[in-house]
Amino acid sequence: MNPESSSHASESSVGIAPAAAASLFETSGPTTTANDIDQAVRRRLNRLKLAAAPPCSDAVFLRRAFLDLIGTLPTADEARQFLNWNKANKRIALVNQLLSREEFVQYWGMKWCDLLRVKAEFPINLWPNAAQAYDRWIRESVRENKPYDHMVRELLTSSGSNFRVGPVNFYRAMQSNTPRDIASTVALTFMGERVDRWPAERLDGLAVFFSCVGFKGTREWKEEVVYFDSVKAVDEQANGNLAKAVFPDGTPASLDGQVDPREVFADWLICRENASFARCAANRIWFWLFGRGIVHEPDDFRSDNPASCPELLNTLEKKLIASKYDCRELIRFIVSSQTYQQSPVPRSDSQQADTQFACYPLRRLEAEVLIDAICGITDSTESYSSAIPEPFTFIPEQQRSIELPDGSITSSFLEMFGRPPRDTGMANERNNQPTSAQRLHMLNSSHIRRKIERSESMKTLIAKFQKNPVQGAAEIYLTVLSRYPTDVELAVVEQYAKGSIGKRRAAFDLVWALMNSSEFLYRH
Amino acid sequence: MKRPNNASAANDASAGQAMMGVFDMPLSRRAVLKGGLYGAGGCLLSDWLARSPLQAAPAPNTSGKAKSVIQIWMWGGPCHLDTFDPKPEAGQDYTGPFTGAIETNVSGMRIHQLLPKLAQQADKYSLIRSMTHGVFAHETASYIVQTGRKPGGRDVFPCVGAVVSLFKGYNAGYKGLIPPYVVLTEPQGRFSEAGFLGGTYKPFATGGNPGAPQFLVEGVASPGVTEEQQHQRRELLHRLDMLNAAMPGHPQLQALNECENQAYELIVGDAGKVFDPNQEPEEVRQRYGRNTFGQSCLVARRLVEAGVPYITINYKGWDTHKEHFQIMRRKLPELDAGLSSLLQDLADRGLLESTIVWCGGEFGRKPQVSWEAPWNGGRQHYGHVFSTLVAGGGFRGGQVLGSSDAKGEFVKDRPVYQWDFISTMYQQLGIDPQAPLPHPQGKTVLATPTVDDGYEIGGRLNEIT
Repeated sequence: MNPESSSHASESSVGIAPAAAASLFETSGPTTTANDIDQAVRRRLNRLKLAAAPPCSDAVFLRRAFLDLIGTLPTADEARQFLNWNKANKRIALVNQLLSREEFVQYWGMKWCDLLRVKAEFPINLWPNAAQAYDRWIRESVRENKPYDHMVRELLTSSGSNFRVGPVNFYRAMQSNTPRDIASTVALTFMGERVDRWPAERLDGLAVFFSCVGFKGTREWKEEVVYFDSVKAVDEQANGNLAKAVFPDGTPASLDGQVDPREVFADWLICRENASFARCAANRIWFWLFGRGIVHEPDDFRSDNPASCPELLNTLEKKLIASKYDCRELIRFIVSSQTYQQSPVPRSDSQQADTQFACYPLRRLEAEVLIDAICGITDSTESYSSAIPEPFTFIPEQQRSIELPDGSITSSFLEMFGRPPRDTGMANERNNQPTSAQRLHMLNSSHIRRKIERSESMKTLIAKFQKNPVQGAAEIYLTVLSRYPTDVELAVVEQYAKGSIGKRRAAFDLVWALMNSSEFLYRH
Repeated sequence: MKRPNNASAANDASAGQAMMGVFDMPLSRRAVLKGGLYGAGGCLLSDWLARSPLQAAPAPNTSGKAKSVIQIWMWGGPCHLDTFDPKPEAGQDYTGPFTGAIETNVSGMRIHQLLPKLAQQADKYSLIRSMTHGVFAHETASYIVQTGRKPGGRDVFPCVGAVVSLFKGYNAGYKGLIPPYVVLTEPQGRFSEAGFLGGTYKPFATGGNPGAPQFLVEGVASPGVTEEQQHQRRELLHRLDMLNAAMPGHPQLQALNECENQAYELIVGDAGKVFDPNQEPEEVRQRYGRNTFGQSCLVARRLVEAGVPYITINYKGWDTHKEHFQIMRRKLPELDAGLSSLLQDLADRGLLESTIVWCGGEFGRKPQVSWEAPWNGGRQHYGHVFSTLVAGGGFRGGQVLGSSDAKGEFVKDRPVYQWDFISTMYQQLGIDPQAPLPHPQGKTVLATPTVDDGYEIGGRLNEIT
């Protein structure tokens, strides 16, 4: 290896061996009872002779659960409370608390909005009012924990104004809404399949269900009504097109031109016999929690891309159906598992451990979560804007980025850190790979520096540090990393503060260093 | 504060090497920096690229005269009549107060009266006066001009800069620390510039203002932090990075560490100085104009000298629905000084032959002036015909390609479509316009559209190459 790239590794391990550092993230002994997920994963790992990672520590679980469930960092007080909480099953209690918080709605709403392409402007033209209506409907559905099958049925069968009936925008949130294009989007979104891998007849058969979707303008600017065009349906019936409707599993459908074909398709899609529907959703939720699907990527289901652990996928799919498509219940089931609660430090080859879920996979925080976390610990705000000026969209100063109702509203930070453009709804639109430009920004930009320097709560922490470095450092650690510092870390910090640098700058540099650590930047 | 000019303060192993400058790095460092600032950790192609059947990196291109491109993006739509296609005989409803046009150093080629310095450089550039797309909305017109594609369909196409950074950037042997596609200073942001190529090919937007006393390139220059402090706190960061200590060599963290090494090359190394117009003599800075645009031209020249393949100067303020003529009186002298100095300097340094400079906006402005309220002498969007200036990189100088009619309202002859122009630029750069682009779903998509895509193709601009 190049001597320079290795310089980092050698410096970072000064005074601390990997095993000692790993112990910071782990605990011995069971932290939760095994469930069906764990049986499935365990059997697979045994067959592959892969060692599972030990359970993660409480501090790691706390941070992980906050980030994964509500896209939000715990405050220092929340961290302290949980770490000092003397309660059996406190992890489950925390999960239940988090699942009922408003940030859960916002964070998971954001994920659905990515998938459903909620974006006012170019190249998808929903227009701001419609994007807002669509966004509101999606977040409302998450808030009331609407069963997933109901939600999808509404998306597929609603009619009405784009400004008033949020879900009709599903049909508008595409660059082109020919029947084939609609069919492609439906297959990608609800079946996790890419139609360019399909035989043409299958796509044509599916497209027929969307051949009678009508779009018409109104006298209101940029209002558009989506409806079942019954006149067109008569024509399509007469010219024999409706007779060509075939469900993607090869079963012919009988459409008569009287019933909206969208209804017929929706009924087929969400019925119990069609396991592919629940499987796609369960896999996607798993993907959202692990950064990796059991079928990966989550929108690439096909016979030659098998599940890494079929039994696991089966378990999740059954669970989702048994709970009547209760997504929150499935999330609870997953995060309660020992598999989810593993340490991030793999005990086997890291790539294989990631694909087989033999550890908790590391991944960089998403753009929105990262900037919200930075704003949270520095009590600062961001400004977001939409490039297209009319009608102007104003975002309240306190609004968090996970709440942004429209993919056209953005900031250069969000763009730099790989927020998805919401052009296609594909999961790989989101880019969490680190780049040097991001690193420059975090390490040395005026944007981040000003946030730390001007933060009132940081000033308080820094003053505390100046008075008593040990207590101040503990407070800074709780705020930034949601855990107490170790003795080794305290010794490093104290030594740093003793030099010519002075306590004030030492405290500032400590905040800066922790915010730039991989422990802060990565889910772990 | 100033960026410390003396890298000798560096006390780590890289200091000595950093002194050697950016482009004569020892091989070992090249290896580590191969991925560059935007290379996602050097070796990490994004997931989709790794899966794509077209994953093979395009072969480095050596044919073609041009090595770099400077795009001057006149955002908002500059009026063709008030820049490169004056119509002094069209009457006051068209000319407004600008009733004259000036001769250039190429006989018969006249440009706007407020561009006297550019008039003296006309032998270096050609004017295309018959650009057309017929679109009057900023976003759609920008998309067409930036990507050479019409919107619609399921794909969002990459703009020229992203394509050039694909074919002339790190995949093709570019080894600079400065990313291959730089925007001075704010990103254009109308749409995702890299389209389906993904984040790796997005431009690096500098932020800051080259016209300010210090050009603070965001992330590169940090006022108030000395180089010694940079080193001290970097060491603190390493000593406290426990996740890194717990799993040394983990691929995810390794990628982050490589990004960090590259970032510090710019923060404490010499590479960042390429952005610094203070390195130029005062006389030169004055000649370009001590304003954001002028100094951006100067920095763009420095970036070309450093080998950066694609630089966009995002030059705003041309959307002049109101106060059009007042704004022109302010902006044209700025354009005149900056662009003429850039062309002159590139030529003097022997770089014009290998550098394409193109200058234009997303459309023109309506030839007929809107005198009525609320415009009171403004000009509206206009897509039927507009002008583009192009120089260098194998494009001939002193030529006029195509023309508009007497009042500048429609194309008179030789309509030129943006995709014709872009594909000609690609050829000058040694990029095959029919080269496939890596597509996330493995679709076959070519660098420029063809008749089969439903485009009217006017062909290569042989008249000016």
